[in-house]
Amino acid sequence: MSDPAIRIRGLVKRFEGVAAVDGVDLEVRAGECFGILGPNGAGKTTTIEILEGLKQPTAGAVELFGLPWRGHERELRSRIGIALQETELYDKLSVRETVALFRSFYPRRLEVDDALAQVDLIEKKAAWVEKLSGGQKQRLAIACALVCDPELFFLDEPTTGLDPAARRSLWEIIGKLRARGRTIVLTTHYMEEAEKLCDRIAILQKGKVIALGTPRELIARLGGDEIIEVGSDPAVAAEVFAALPGVAACLPDAGGFRLSVRGIHETLPRVIDALRQNGARPSRLATRTATLDDVFVKLTGTSIGAEEAKAAEAAQAVAQSAGARVKSARRDKGEATR
Amino acid sequence: MSFTDRPIWQLFLVRWREMSREPGVIFWVFGFPIVLAVALGLAFRNKPPEVQVIAVVESAGAVGVQDAAATNDAATNQAVAAAVAAIDAIEGMKAERLDVATAAEWLRSGKALLVLDPGDPPRFTLDPTRPGGRLAEIAVRDALEHARDPTSRLAVTEEIVTAPGRRYIDFLLPGLLGMNLMSGGVWGVGWALVLMRTRKLLKRFAATPMRRSDLLLSFMLFRIVISLVEALFLVAFGVVAFAVVPRGSWLDLVALVALSALAFGGLGLLVASRAQNSQSAAGLMNLVTMPMFLLSGVFFPADNFPAWMQPVVKVLPLTALNDALRAVILDGSALSATWPQLAILAAWGVLCFSVALRVFRWL
Repeated sequence: MSDPAIRIRGLVKRFEGVAAVDGVDLEVRAGECFGILGPNGAGKTTTIEILEGLKQPTAGAVELFGLPWRGHERELRSRIGIALQETELYDKLSVRETVALFRSFYPRRLEVDDALAQVDLIEKKAAWVEKLSGGQKQRLAIACALVCDPELFFLDEPTTGLDPAARRSLWEIIGKLRARGRTIVLTTHYMEEAEKLCDRIAILQKGKVIALGTPRELIARLGGDEIIEVGSDPAVAAEVFAALPGVAACLPDAGGFRLSVRGIHETLPRVIDALRQNGARPSRLATRTATLDDVFVKLTGTSIGAEEAKAAEAAQAVAQSAGARVKSARRDKGEATR
Repeated sequence: MSFTDRPIWQLFLVRWREMSREPGVIFWVFGFPIVLAVALGLAFRNKPPEVQVIAVVESAGAVGVQDAAATNDAATNQAVAAAVAAIDAIEGMKAERLDVATAAEWLRSGKALLVLDPGDPPRFTLDPTRPGGRLAEIAVRDALEHARDPTSRLAVTEEIVTAPGRRYIDFLLPGLLGMNLMSGGVWGVGWALVLMRTRKLLKRFAATPMRRSDLLLSFMLFRIVISLVEALFLVAFGVVAFAVVPRGSWLDLVALVALSALAFGGLGLLVASRAQNSQSAAGLMNLVTMPMFLLSGVFFPADNFPAWMQPVVKVLPLTALNDALRAVILDGSALSATWPQLAILAAWGVLCFSVALRVFRWL
């Protein structure tokens, strides 16, 4: 394969002495969908905005297509498509007019209808932006990014605050871009989204990459690709489970433990036996396939799922209050988790 | 690349679409100055002056005297009746017989312009800051003198002048036009830019290869076009409704309006160059425009301010614009005759632009 689409070395960004990005090295290969994951405040947006040429790094080097930002601003901006986290487009412009506006900025470009067809907004092209739903607005933002037919997309939390149906329709659109061989960098705090869309993932915490690999690789690092969630009455010490054969990891979870296990058909009976021997009854018992969230819990000791639940609540609030802006839900979510 | 695909044209269209699709904006741009002109035009139209009320104290000689009973009733009644008759004989004046307390109350509330105690000697009470009080005193004094001695009056004739060009509305309309050009420039440019910043649109644009000068240029072009339309509208309204016909050259007027659009658009750009939210931007814009509403001769001549303030007043862009507009519209001066004003406007434009471009915050 040729040059990597993105090369990041020793990237540091400090705001008033506080490091938001603290020594990140990454390479994104041409044609892959690369996910940057992490809780709020992990440095995802700062990283992606440095990649987009919107922020200057405090230290370190960033190259897109082998070119640094300095001296190549216009060229690089022409070759990348961007959907920022919180852009509110002009309320009083129609969908078509909005895309035509962005189109006019680029030397190489698609027809407006082409771009709209790719995000499935053709039938909405005469509608004013203020009349669109949250999901439609997000699709329009992507249309504005792809109207320049970019080689590289940056999508910053493209589905935050959207209801599940809108999220799925966005996944489909991103999947199509990926199938067409475009390089995509997206940030998200939805584990499910990263698993579904991304070829490779970097997990960020406090400005550092704490894990990097394909979703499968990361899950495999748990030592077991299945999970038993167990809670008991009375509570049982973690060591009881950790000592069982087949249990690779035992992590505290709300009111119990998450056991990362191999060979669930043998391990599950052992877990139940262990409970009985300790005079405890299971108050909760569930098995499922391991997800990136489990990886995250193992790496950081806290679940990103807690945040996800709050974000989902916010999304529901948006769906319920017609006309409410996605942004306000995002703000709510931001406050709730900060 | 066809013209309609050019960023500058697309950005210009955005400004037009945003404005034309917001009915409220249309009102503020076109309706508001008209409403203001009509209201002020009616308030200050050349109507027959109101009847001035002179309070005549019934108990003559009572003002300032503790013991009101000391006055002679028959003589008092005669003096009061004579004074009332003398005042009623003056055109545009009317006498009211009141007791001392009511008379004082009427003077205080403005219902009466003057209080006359027709004692001997007659005694006037008036508020010297109220326009016309002194004149009324002189007229009444003259009438009383005439009543006592019919030979004492000087025979005069008077001629009343109300030609266009010397009315309040003539003074007011160029001032309103100037005020509108200022508000439109500062708010039209500044507000739109701050909204674009708070909505992260500026940031989104900064991430495209759009030339940043194209965006600012589109704002200025739009401002010039809209300023010309606004000015045409208001001047036409003045011609139709109040017969305020510009005496200078139309071309001069167009050039002046375009220059002012650059100066005030630049001011709006500067005010909006760093503001991070609409509240602080609104505060800043008020801070910039309010002093000019008061100081720059919109509603009354800026010359009214004391001499030590004049250097400040004269250098304000709205004062310069209003002076130049009045020179062109009312006096029919050539634009070249107003070069000091043009220089002030141009200086503001250049200064604001160069500072704003340096400090402008895109993210």
